[in-house]
Amino acid sequence: MSATAYGWLVLAFPLAGTLIVSLGWRGLPGRSAGWIATAMIGLSFLASIGALVQILGDPVDARQHTSSLYDYASAAGLNIQLNVLVDPLSVYMCLIVSGVSALIHLYSISYMTSDRGFNRFFAYLNFFVFSMLLLVLAGNLVLLIVGWAFVGFASYALISFWYRRTTATRAGMKAFVINVVGDAGMVLAAFFIFRDLGTFDLLSIFSKAPQTFHTNQGVVVVICLLLVVGAIAKSAQVPLHTWLPDAMEGPTPVSALIHAATMVTAGVYLIARFHPLFEIGLTAADIAAFIGLATLLIAATIALVVTDLKRIIAYSTMSQIGYMVVGVGIGAYSEGLFHLMTHAFFKALLFMAAGSVIGAMANRQNIDLMGGFRKAMPFTSAMLLIGALALAAFPLTSGWFSKDEILDFAAYRGGFYVIFTIGGYIGALLTAFYAFRIGFRVVFGEPCEEARELEGGHIHHAEPENPATGEREDTDVGFPGPTHQIAEREWPMRIAMTILGFGALFAGFIQIPGVDDAVHKFLHGSFLDSSLYEQGPSTTAAYRGLLIGGLISVLGIAIAYYAYLRRPGTTAALVARFPWLHDFLERKWYFDEAIDILVVRPALAVGGWANKIFERYVIQGLVMGVTDLVRGANAGVRGAQSGYLRSYALLLVTGFAGLGLYFLLQSS
Amino acid sequence: MDITWYLVLSALLFAVGVSGVLLRRSPLVILLCLELMLNAGNLALLAFSRSLGNQDGQVFALIVMVIAACEVVVGLGIIVAAYRRRIPLNVDDLRSLRG
Amino acid sequence: MKEVAFFAGAIGALGGAIAVIALRNAFYSVLALIVHLISLAGLFLLLQGEFIAAAQIVVYAGAVMVLYVFVAAYVGNVDEPLWEPIPGQRFIAPLLGIALFVELAIAITGSSLQAIDTQGPTVELGFGSPSAIGKLLLERFLIAFEAASLLLLVAAVGAVVLAGRHRAADASAPRETA
Repeated sequence: MSATAYGWLVLAFPLAGTLIVSLGWRGLPGRSAGWIATAMIGLSFLASIGALVQILGDPVDARQHTSSLYDYASAAGLNIQLNVLVDPLSVYMCLIVSGVSALIHLYSISYMTSDRGFNRFFAYLNFFVFSMLLLVLAGNLVLLIVGWAFVGFASYALISFWYRRTTATRAGMKAFVINVVGDAGMVLAAFFIFRDLGTFDLLSIFSKAPQTFHTNQGVVVVICLLLVVGAIAKSAQVPLHTWLPDAMEGPTPVSALIHAATMVTAGVYLIARFHPLFEIGLTAADIAAFIGLATLLIAATIALVVTDLKRIIAYSTMSQIGYMVVGVGIGAYSEGLFHLMTHAFFKALLFMAAGSVIGAMANRQNIDLMGGFRKAMPFTSAMLLIGALALAAFPLTSGWFSKDEILDFAAYRGGFYVIFTIGGYIGALLTAFYAFRIGFRVVFGEPCEEARELEGGHIHHAEPENPATGEREDTDVGFPGPTHQIAEREWPMRIAMTILGFGALFAGFIQIPGVDDAVHKFLHGSFLDSSLYEQGPSTTAAYRGLLIGGLISVLGIAIAYYAYLRRPGTTAALVARFPWLHDFLERKWYFDEAIDILVVRPALAVGGWANKIFERYVIQGLVMGVTDLVRGANAGVRGAQSGYLRSYALLLVTGFAGLGLYFLLQSS
Repeated sequence: MDITWYLVLSALLFAVGVSGVLLRRSPLVILLCLELMLNAGNLALLAFSRSLGNQDGQVFALIVMVIAACEVVVGLGIIVAAYRRRIPLNVDDLRSLRG
Repeated sequence: MKEVAFFAGAIGALGGAIAVIALRNAFYSVLALIVHLISLAGLFLLLQGEFIAAAQIVVYAGAVMVLYVFVAAYVGNVDEPLWEPIPGQRFIAPLLGIALFVELAIAITGSSLQAIDTQGPTVELGFGSPSAIGKLLLERFLIAFEAASLLLLVAAVGAVVLAGRHRAADASAPRETA
């Protein structure tokens, strides 16, 4: 089969899974919905491998294939088809998305086992995977935006999965609204592209763009900036990032899949895919890179102080995506995309381990309450540490290779790009620190109550309550289920986490600078028209960078060790010394408050005015005015139907006389 | 005599008939006024017939007379039937077909 | 001579007409109409319509008005209330009548009817005679003649049905089916 046939299969399986589970949700027995969904994603992964094999069989400069299913809209210069673009970049993304999704589906079968909304969960999850694959496989901008929007919807549906929790539904709405801002940017960019280039087809856009625009021409910078708006909304970069921490209200597998491994990387994919435009509108690419840098640092600082386990991991996601955005912004495409892959592995692993820990803690997420799980949950602790090592870019882990290659590229480009390298290293130090904040806090130290209970053999049970607000809940549909699973007892969770653990540890070896560079060579087929792709630091410079990165990572871990294990009171003392700094960081740099004042309140005010004044007096007045007019005229005319014979006769004669008068006048 | 006199007289009689229909309330009298109007028409027909030298107008007037007779017959039948059922013979009271 | 006859007939017709609409007693209105009809018959004679004049007196004033007289006698007089429920009717009606007359008069005496030969051509002796009318009725206007007869039949039947005693009006007594 051809590569594009595999491409259609990659899309067809999750779609079939969605339809089967969503239409048959009442009838599917037991946990079969979960297995069906997982199987479908597994098949999708196999199809991606098929596409990979096919692509590898092609010569390097002929690896971009499109295939169209039917014409969606062909009229008046518009030619939108349902087509897919199967090329190295999209196959790469498909492999990551379907692979990690399949593992997360497997994990969820255990994690969500007692949840009353089990079938609904898998329907949504499959739909999400379908949408994400649609996004990366889309061959034209319209289909990409369709996938973009579907992914936003799936994210909303899954964040507010436990819909009876007000915090969850509010978080879902927040995510959706902020995503819509990004969608607006995307659509505007699409309008501009169509206006200037006349086409939506991706390959046509990329071939026409260099001929139509010249470097840094206003309109191409605007297009790229609008695309960046879309990217930062979806990838939770500053200032459209405030939805991501709140999105942790969703179940942990959702956080792992959507808000770590796949959806939030859509922005990175977008910039990488549109690299021909970004290499013309260089200012926009630099702006994107700066946004990535800012996010990287801001998120890392916030992750130092927040206490909710999932939120720390969320901020680390934001920070790592900042690295990826910096990467694709400065032209380090394969490096940024490689970091996307390794991040998917270790972040999903971290979330899975966190899910296991939260299960042991009976759904409570505050790390200040956790501690010393190493004896009670050896497997989970090991996985957590592996994930933390990869996140901290400890030497020889996958994170080390991917993160430091980005920073090497920035150093190589020189000039003011060095600021990315310096910022990146500072961020790496902070990352290592907070990664092991989690690691040491949860795994080492004195075992907490729940850990002791678990060592004794049973999982702690607590009254179900909302982890953020403490409100009491029940375990019926719309809230989490009554039982909690931990990895030690559930083999699906263990299999998923083991595979990801291998990836987090060893995936780096496919991209050793100067040795194999497998990812770089593979992705080359999608970046043939890029002027920056071929470039890169020399091998020695790369190794120098890796060395520096390794040292920083070890330093960060050492500081964390000192602060948390050697002298346990250190952080508390620091908090007491700098309360204002602590508050500032804990309030997330006051972004939520700023957005509330700048955007939310004015919008509510306008809405209130529109409702009370404009709607009531102008629109209602107009509409009711029309009906009142008609009714009045009606009443007036009805008066003529009096029932009196003589009055009718009068009207008749009046009419006749009038007519006669008319004819008299006319003939005279 | 000029035909015009006859025609003007016919118009006058017609106008009188119309006023009668509009003013009187008894159905019987309204029917009488209808007769006035019909006869005015007959007069006009005969005047034209004479002025054109053509007898078609007279035949027409004869037919009009027949029609008037039929109409009177039916109208009076209605009045008698209404009287029998004790319906008030006042056109203003018969107004159930109002809008 | 003709003028005198015309004016006599005209005054009779007009007087009768005004009396019809002005008299309060319905029976007197009927009688006034009879006067009007006979005056009209005279006018018809002046217009060489002998047969029509005769038919007017025999049929119209004779038969139709007798019908009226009978019904008027049967029904009796209905006192019309003084108060006028339709606002403005008493005022507008005569005005309209006058307006109508004025329009028609202008139409008749105005330029549009100048084509009328105001005296009319000289006609042969048999103009308007029964034989001439009869010939026309049975030759050229046969269909109209037959249709009018049919209409008379229908009207007669209708009148009998309308004014006859309805057995079904007594709702309690069911009729036996034949």
